[in-house]
Parts: sequence; structure tokens; C-alpha cells
Amino acid sequence: MTGALSKVYFFLIGLFLALPMIVVAGVSVNAKQTLAFPPKGFSLSWYGEIFLNPEWRNALFASLTLAILSAALAVAIALPLAWFLWRRIAPWANIFQLLGIAPFTLPPVITALGLLTFWATTGFYGQPWTAVVSHAIFFVTLPLVTLSLGFTAIDRSLVEAAATMGADDRTIFRTVVLPLILPYIVSGYAFAFVLSLNEYIVAYMTVGFTMETLPIKIFNALRYGYTPTMASVTILFVATAAIIFSLVARFGDLPKLLGAMSSDDT
Amino acid sequence: MRREAPQKLSDYGPLFFPAMMLIVFFVVPFATMIAVSFFQRQQGGFYVPAFQFANYERFLSLFFANVLGFSLMLAVTVAICCVVLAVPFTYLLTRMKRKVQIAWLVALLSVLSLSEVIIGFAWSTLFSRTAGITNLLVMAGIMSEAKALLPSFGAVLTGMVYQAFPYTVLVLYPALVRLDPTLTEAARTLGASPIKAFFTVVVPALRNTITATLIMVFIFALGSYLLPQLLGRPQHWTLSVLITDQAIYQSNMPFAAAMAVFLVLVTLGLVALTVLAGRKGETA
Repeated sequence: MTGALSKVYFFLIGLFLALPMIVVAGVSVNAKQTLAFPPKGFSLSWYGEIFLNPEWRNALFASLTLAILSAALAVAIALPLAWFLWRRIAPWANIFQLLGIAPFTLPPVITALGLLTFWATTGFYGQPWTAVVSHAIFFVTLPLVTLSLGFTAIDRSLVEAAATMGADDRTIFRTVVLPLILPYIVSGYAFAFVLSLNEYIVAYMTVGFTMETLPIKIFNALRYGYTPTMASVTILFVATAAIIFSLVARFGDLPKLLGAMSSDDT
Repeated sequence: MRREAPQKLSDYGPLFFPAMMLIVFFVVPFATMIAVSFFQRQQGGFYVPAFQFANYERFLSLFFANVLGFSLMLAVTVAICCVVLAVPFTYLLTRMKRKVQIAWLVALLSVLSLSEVIIGFAWSTLFSRTAGITNLLVMAGIMSEAKALLPSFGAVLTGMVYQAFPYTVLVLYPALVRLDPTLTEAARTLGASPIKAFFTVVVPALRNTITATLIMVFIFALGSYLLPQLLGRPQHWTLSVLITDQAIYQSNMPFAAAMAVFLVLVTLGLVALTVLAGRKGETA
């Protein structure tokens, strides 16, 4: 397509993606508790509110704890699975790959409802740790996909050399495989972390009545009307996601992680 | 190292923890949900084991036929809008410099990771009377006074396209990145305009990818549960909203479970279609 036309098209798509964030950013700097755009006056107090107001601070703390722990658990599930599938020929074990991808592919409300009935039946409903397990299962797909991709990029002859020199599986994993797979572990963790931070329905159905994460807090607050704090939290979330994904792109090969060939091949 | 079949029991060691976690916390909950869908509901939010189809029979009403019809129609509309917008966008994106591509990918991932709560809040602000887009139109002198654009079907559709667009681009991206650039070059050499080359060479070459993407985005849109609530009226509620509503607010778990099982069947049927479409693409 001609250059000018494609520039206009990209500008319009960019505007569509950015417009809600521009308006929300504008709302977040209102001087008074009004939801006005263009903003009336200028104040950053609504950003301070996230950390000063105990309700918002607790929600932020709950969300961060949940995301840190559940992303770690998701990686802990995905790493040995991806390693086994790469190392061994065991066609039936592919069923676990499928199980790892299913929770994220199905509509989220289904995973959420399944976990709700499960926690209710086992009597753990409402315990904070159940949210960690639930999110880890829900987001295990992300580290699983990045790690599977990472393993296929490893040159098998390297591992073969280590095996010929007498290293056992454990030593091979620690000294050869782990350093090569580390960037993929980090990006898998990052994806799971950011999505867990933003996740609403699974968290709401498992611990919604006992604990408030930030998305739950925003939703509950929406019912009682608007405050600019919601806007400042939203901007905080967008900024966090943008920073984390930029870091992944800075230290890893983002186009490759998303399915393109690596920069060396092209 | 050659891949080998596991010989000793200890070779299965790495599989133990992931397999256990996925079975206990995904397969068992899933089975529990299916079981509950046949249970009998008791007053006060409890349910007792039973084997009855009553929860499924409740679908056979005009109300649920309407909800289902609306959910499917909405998801199809969202999928078509997203694919129409995203195919040319992704195609052009893959032809850009690597640095520019990365910047766009970071932006798309950031929007994709946003919670539905946040997207719903952002668009309800944008469509509101006090802080909305109409204020800009008033300032520009196009409109005489600001007004609210929601709740409405247009608001629901816009919010859902916003949510699904980055997903669509990321689903299309691998296929388009690998598209052989000589295809369009050949068409250009033979005198086709860039737009003509795009529609006569790129789009037909991607027919199967586009079909598969439509289905993936359709499933993604079926899962939307908050945007119809935040941006629409009750008649814009989808099956996902009703499931949440029955489970949380009406405390009717068996009925919610039955609807969820039904939604899974619809989704699985469509995934099977995607796989079939993909197979055809490989042999073609």
C-alpha cells in the first residue's frame, strides 16, 4: 500500500488504542474529585492516594503478592514439563502440554467457575493461597509456550557433548540448559506476572469475598461511583505493563517470542 | 543429545510435579464443574448431588435462546471487525523496521494485558457526558452539547473490539511475518498496484490463517464478561455474564455450571473447526 495511506492507517489505529488512555490520564490529574475531561486544574494527589489510602494500598499489595507468587508457581509447573517434553520421546505426555494450554484458551469464566466449584467442594473457598494456585494454573500457558519455544532453540549437540563427557541429567540441566533457557524463563514469568496483576474473574470467583486485588477494588468502587483514583491506578497499570514488556524486548527477542524468526535468521 | 524414550522410572521425575498440579487443579475442578451441572439446587445457595438434566432443560426457553443468539452474534461481529482491521495492519507492521515493530508490539501487549475492568472503566469514561469524547466535539464546534454515548450496543462493540484487536494482531503476526515477500514483489513487477497486490496475492495466500484467526477471536470475544455489563444494557448481556451472574449473585451453581459446560462444548466444537481449517491449509 502507498506510504501516506499506511501512515494514516497506523495513526488512526494508534489513536484508537491510545485514546482511552489519554482521556483516563487526563481524568487522573483533576484537582478535585470530579471525573472531568479536559481536567479542571492539575494535581498528582490521585497517584499519592493509591499509596496513602489504606484500601487502595492493601489492594495494590494483595495484587503484587498474588502476581509475584502465582507467576513463580506457573514457571515452576511449566519448566519441568517443557524440559521433559524436549528431553524425552513420550507422545502420551503431550496430553499435559494440551492441559497446560487449555485453561488460557477456553473462555476465562469456565476456568474460574471450575476452580470456584473445586475450592467450595474441598472447603478451602476464600483462602488467599487458593488465588495463587488458581492464577498459576490459569496462566501456566504463558511460560509453557515461551519455554517450549526456548527449548527448541537449544542446539542438541551441546547437550550431547556434556553427556559424552559424563554429565548426568541433573548436571546437564544446571550447567548447560539452564543458562540457555534463562531468558525464556524471565519472559514467561513477566507475561504471567503482568496478566495476573490485571486478572479479574478468576480472582473474583475464588477470593472475591475475602480479599480485594486492584482489579476487584476498581470494579467494586465503580459500583459506588467514580473517583479519579481509578484513573490513576489504570495509568499505573498501563505504565507497569509497558515497562515490563519493554524490558522483555530490551533483553530478549520479542518478535521471536511472539512467533517470528529470530533477528539472526532474517 | 538425541531424544530418548524414558527407560527408568526416575526418568519420569520432571513430569511428576507439573502433571500433579494440572490434574489436581485443572482436570479435577473441571470434572467437579461437570458433576455440579447435574446436581440439584437447594434453597439458600447450596446444592446436593443428583443426576438430573433440569439445569440443561432451562436452556430451552426463549430467554436463553435470545441470550445465546446475541452472544454468538456479538462475538461474530467483534471477530469480523477485528480481522478486517488487523490483517492490513499486521501485514504493514511486518514490513516495517525491526525497532518500529518492537515498539508497536510492546504497545499491543500492554493493551492486551489490561484488565477488562480497566478497559471498561476507560471506555465508560470516554463515552461519558462529563469527561467524554463529545466534549472535544463540543469544543470543536461540531456538537452543541456533550452527551453520554452509553449504555449502548455501539459502546459494547467498541470496547470489545478494543480488547480483542491486539489479540488478533498477535495471532496473525507469526503467519504474516513468515509470508514470502517475493509473492508481492512478483505481483508488483507484473504491474499490480500495492493495494491490488495485497488483495489479490496476500489475502488469498492467507485464507486459512484468516479463517483460523476469525475463530480464535470469536472464542476470545465469547469470553468477555465485564464489558457488556459496564458498557451495555441488560439486553446486551452475554452467556459469560449470565454464568457469572448465576454463580455469584443468584447462587445457583448447578445452573451456572450447566451453562459453562455448554459454553465449553461450543468452544471445543470451534477449536476442532480451527484445527480442521489448519490441516486443510497444510495439505493445500
